[in-house]
Amino acid sequence: MNIEDIKKPENIVYKKTPILTDNVMHYCPGCSHGTVHKLIAEVIEEMGIQEETIAVSPVGCSVFAYNYLNVDWQQAAHGRAPALATAAKRLNPEKYVFTYQGDGDLASIGTAEIIHACSRGENIVVIFINNGIYGMTGGQMAPTTLLGMKTSTTPYGRDAKLNGFPLVLAPMIAQLDGTAFITRQSVHTAVAARKAKAAIKKAFEYSQKGIGLSFVEIVATCNSGWKMSPTAANKWMVENMFPKYPLGDIKDVLKQE
Amino acid sequence: MAFKGAIEVDTAKCKGCGVCVENCPTKSIELSKMVNSKGYNYAEMVGEACIGCSNCAIVCPDSVITVYRVKI
Repeated sequence: MNIEDIKKPENIVYKKTPILTDNVMHYCPGCSHGTVHKLIAEVIEEMGIQEETIAVSPVGCSVFAYNYLNVDWQQAAHGRAPALATAAKRLNPEKYVFTYQGDGDLASIGTAEIIHACSRGENIVVIFINNGIYGMTGGQMAPTTLLGMKTSTTPYGRDAKLNGFPLVLAPMIAQLDGTAFITRQSVHTAVAARKAKAAIKKAFEYSQKGIGLSFVEIVATCNSGWKMSPTAANKWMVENMFPKYPLGDIKDVLKQE
Repeated sequence: MAFKGAIEVDTAKCKGCGVCVENCPTKSIELSKMVNSKGYNYAEMVGEACIGCSNCAIVCPDSVITVYRVKI
């Protein structure tokens, strides 16, 4: 059987989901944002909740997420996505509400909002993309930047005496009673991406159970900000980011012991 | 049971990041020597070893890969 015989519509096993629009993404080649957008879109398609989803986009590279996912969007002020999502969910409790935030948005200017949204136990999903850098503005140091990591504002590497220590948010909010599901995933390989998709799906399901906030952290790459090729950035992430931000479920209130 | 697969790349949208190449278990995908209208070396299928596992497509940040698979 030759290749042209295989390429028939009845043999398709994987294609772009219609929840993703046909716009060409503005992200740099190899950016994790695109993969995460796709996983969210696939979850929305599988659950059949396109009409019931309200998303809140952040400030940062992923502000334009509203151009790529064909659901209802709101765009929040910098860091305030959980506050906006709180309102959307309280006014429309039957809808699936999620925020999509980077680390410069969620872990820096929006720390108060996320901690209080977790503390209040809002029934929303928070997708947190952690790449340890401010990607959009030119690769400045973020709260999540690793010690010794070079950025445009820490050209000799992050120094704990001068810049403090990296902020590891997920275990912090896991202590709060308002959170239901907290997990940390990645999308650098197909296996990791499939696990991340399952985690996102679980988070969406938990958000309708009224048991609290679901938080999915994705350890991601910013190859332009890190000044690496996409594949080298993935390798660097495995070697350097994962020891500080290990993958796996951190909290799951419904898990059977 | 064996599978035989094929992929189709939307070459105009591919940004040539190479993440798919790293994730292919059968080394059936490579970056072309040709470039698209934006100057990226787009991904293309090589050889006939593809098993249609969809690994390339699920890690593709720009969702440009369509995967076909048949049982043989």
